[in-house]
Parts: sequence; C-alpha cells; structure tokens
Amino acid sequence: MNPFRYERASEIASACATAARPTAKFIAGGTNLVDLMKLHIETPEQLVDITRLPLDRIEETADGGFRIGALVSNSAAAADMRVRRLYPVLAQAILAGASTQLRNKATTGGNLLQRTRCPYFYDVTKPCNKRVPGSGCAALEGLNRMNAVLGVSDNCIAAHPSDMAVAMTALDAVVEIIAPDGSRRAIPIDELYSPPGDTPHIETVLEPGELIGSVLLPPPPAGRQIYRKVRDRASFAFALVSVAAILDLDGERVRAARITFGGLSYKPWRSAEAEAALVGAPATRAAFDAAGTAALKDARGYGHNDFKIPLARRTLRATLTQAAGLA
Amino acid sequence: MKEFLRSMATRRWFLKTSGVATLSLASSPSMTQPAAETPSLPTEHVDLTINGRPYSLDLDPRTTLLDALREHLGFTGSKKGCDQGQCGACTIIINGQRINSCLALAVMHDGDEITTVEGLTEEGVLHPMQAAFVRHDGFQCGYCTPGQICSAVALLSEHRAGWPSYATADVATAPALTDAEIAERMSGNICRCSAYPNIVAAIREVAEEGSQ
Repeated sequence: MNPFRYERASEIASACATAARPTAKFIAGGTNLVDLMKLHIETPEQLVDITRLPLDRIEETADGGFRIGALVSNSAAAADMRVRRLYPVLAQAILAGASTQLRNKATTGGNLLQRTRCPYFYDVTKPCNKRVPGSGCAALEGLNRMNAVLGVSDNCIAAHPSDMAVAMTALDAVVEIIAPDGSRRAIPIDELYSPPGDTPHIETVLEPGELIGSVLLPPPPAGRQIYRKVRDRASFAFALVSVAAILDLDGERVRAARITFGGLSYKPWRSAEAEAALVGAPATRAAFDAAGTAALKDARGYGHNDFKIPLARRTLRATLTQAAGLA
Repeated sequence: MKEFLRSMATRRWFLKTSGVATLSLASSPSMTQPAAETPSLPTEHVDLTINGRPYSLDLDPRTTLLDALREHLGFTGSKKGCDQGQCGACTIIINGQRINSCLALAVMHDGDEITTVEGLTEEGVLHPMQAAFVRHDGFQCGYCTPGQICSAVALLSEHRAGWPSYATADVATAPALTDAEIAERMSGNICRCSAYPNIVAAIREVAEEGSQ
C-alpha cells in the first residue's frame, strides 16, 4: 500500500473540501478501497475518514418515502423493519450481496460507488482503460464471462457489481449529493453512472469533492417486489445476472412493471423496453418471455459471456412468474 | 514465471513504501535500505479496547486492524488467510458486529471495542461456541476456526436481534435458525477442509441451548 495522510472528518464541508484534491479520497467502510489500495490500483495520498459524520440515519420523509443516510451500513439497512416491510426488494438485494462481515462495514454510499470486479481491472499486469486510460481492454478478448453485454463500449466491458443499486434503481431512488461549497443536488440513481464510451475511467457524474449524503426512496410503489440473483455459488458471489422486479397486476393483466437487471452493464440496467412490453399484457410466461426479448434485443456478447443474454431472459421470466404468483 | 515476477514487483513496492511496517524485516540490511528512501510519515495514535483491556498504539495509518492485532499486539488468534475479505479467517467482533479485520484500517477504529477469539474464553473456560466446535469436530486443520467461531458468536446475536438473511423467504419476518439459514449466514467464512456440516451442527447446538 502506498503511504497516505489520514484525516478524520468531523464536519461535512471541510471533508468535501479536502477530498476535492485530486490525490485525496473519502473512505467509509473501506471494504473495496482498502483492498484496491493493497493492490496499488488505488493510490490516494490522503484519506478523509467520513465514518463519524452524521449521515447514519434512516428517516421517513414527509411524502411517506425514506431517506437512507450514506453511512447507514448495508446490514443496518437490510435489518431495518421499515425497509423490510415497505421495500423488500431492497432488503433482499442487500442480503444477496457479499457476506455479513462485509455488509456490517460497507455503507450505502460506498456500495453505490464500489468499483467493478472485472478481473483485468484487478490484474495490474494487463491493459485496462479504466485503471490506466488508453492502455486497452484485456477483457474484450479475455475471460469475460462476468462482463457486461449492454450499454458498454469496445473500450471497456466492465459490469457494475452492486446488488443494492439494482433494487434502488427499480425503486426510482434519488441520490442526494453534497458539494464542497455546501450546495446540494439530487439526481436519479439511473443518472449517477457514466457510460464507459471513450472514458471508462470516469464512472459517475460526481465532481471532485462531492459526497453522497443520502439516498432518497420515494414511497413504495404498488405491486409485488422481488430480487432474484443468479451466481456461480449459492452465496457470497457476484451476480452473473440479477433482476429486481416490481409487478403490479390488475386481475390477470399487468398494470405496472419495473424491471432492472444487475450484472449486465456498467450500471443497474433499467429496461424501459421490458416495462413497455409488460404493461397491459396478460401475466403469462409468453408475455414475460416477450419482455425478456425486448430487454435484451440490443445485447452483445463477447464470447465467454454470451450465455448471459439467454440467462437474463430466463431469469426475468422466473422472477416475473414468481412475482405474479404463477410459480 | 509471471506470478513470480508479480510477487517480486509487489515485494519491491512493499519495501519501497514501507516505513514502520518493515520492523519485522529489519534483520537484513539489504532489505532495509530502500525503506530509508521513503520520507517518514506521521504515525497516528490509536486507542483500542481489546477483550476488555485498553491498548494504546502509534501506527502507520496503513496498518490494518488484523496486522495491529497480530504483529503489534501479539493477538495471533485472528488469522490472515486471503487478506482481501474473501475467506473470513480474520473475522473479529467490533462494537458487537463481526467484520473482516484485514480490510479495516486500525486508525479508523480509534476508541472501538474489539473481541477476538482470545477474548471468548473466560478464565480458561471455553466459550460455549468453542466447546461446541470441539465436540462436533467443526474443523480439521483449524486455520479458519478462530474466524468461524467469532463469526458464529456474532451470528447468534444477529439472529436474536431478528436480522433476516438471503435464505429468509419473507424478509419482513424473523426467521427460525434452520441449517439453511446458518449456512447462508456463515458464507463469509470459507473452510478449505470443508468441515461445514460439523460447523453447522455446532452452531445449531449452541443456538438451541441458548433458546431453551
């Protein structure tokens, strides 16, 4: 690990000001950052420890939604009875990620900002445009079975690893951001992540020194919420494909649907195509298959990850079948 | 060969950038030489309560909690397996919650209360979970065992607090501690000898004793 200066932040504004320096970084749970620092993939010269800032509450908002502080641990969010009753898809998604030891440390803000687990991002002997801009992408021709099939570019096919963010995207969550000058802005979670394009090293729209302060959940939508994750082992593994679905039925027809995939793109992949295919359709396997076909129509495999395309369609069908009570 | 070169490169990085942490390597002059090139960085003062006793340390901020425990304080019960949060051998309980101590910077835990496997034993009497692991033969080589036991102790308090898991069919309910629940909740602790069935049996027994 490279040497760094350590600073324990006691108030938000000064923490943001310090972290705005190009060589500085915020640290909270550290479960991803410390690992990357050991490997010299992250080499900050200064760490701003934000764990003692007052951002660790889950509060109900005036409209019946909830605000989850950025420092609420993944465990605390998933154990909160209000989250479990009103946003079960979020509790399920959080519990599908990592291990209890990691969830106890990992925070809401840090989970959103965790880096990809693409093996070539981690392998410092290989080219990676995300790690070393302009060096190339070893995953294109490499062992890319964990990589993305939607929304990526030939410069980078890394997938976002979060489960939590997939559920939050289905819930139309809003990320509340605090800038070094104290100003605040709120952006839909779907707009937090930047497409890789020609600049895969730029992963979010956050400006230097901007801090995620909280995540706002709108009031829970009508319908049944389900998170389903497919992975190489039964627990403690990243998703090959996951689906967060919220399905609202009017008798035997779909009144409303929200579909978000994990493991397929640089961000949680909300599928407007699948949702449009479902609304008004009968709640049948055929309709669910049609939604999957619509969702994956622009998908492109890179060899080892070709299987993700049919797997995503089948996972969507299984999730919706369960949500509709047909299973 | 590539692996070898990589490990050498990593070692060189380590030597070039290590200050306080090279103490254990100080016997070889050729190895300490590069370390002298690094401008010394300030250490950070850290107060920890470990197994009920206070400890004060001045640490290079890079020091993980695991290294602070093992290398600076001699608490060698917690083990370094993968050093990247994947195996669970370094699991300790901090302010009542289990974490991977290999991914925690000690300086960030100033003032915290830590329980290691050494702290579970009271006056020479094994903790019920330790005794159950012995009774059920919940290990072979034993390397992962301190982490497994710390994890299992924390698991029971999480379950008592009503925490759900991914194995819980309805997350809005407090589930019974079935074998499937135990296996899911222990998935952060890998056992290369695959003693899993006996580990689950040991935890189940302690859970049942506790609920009587």
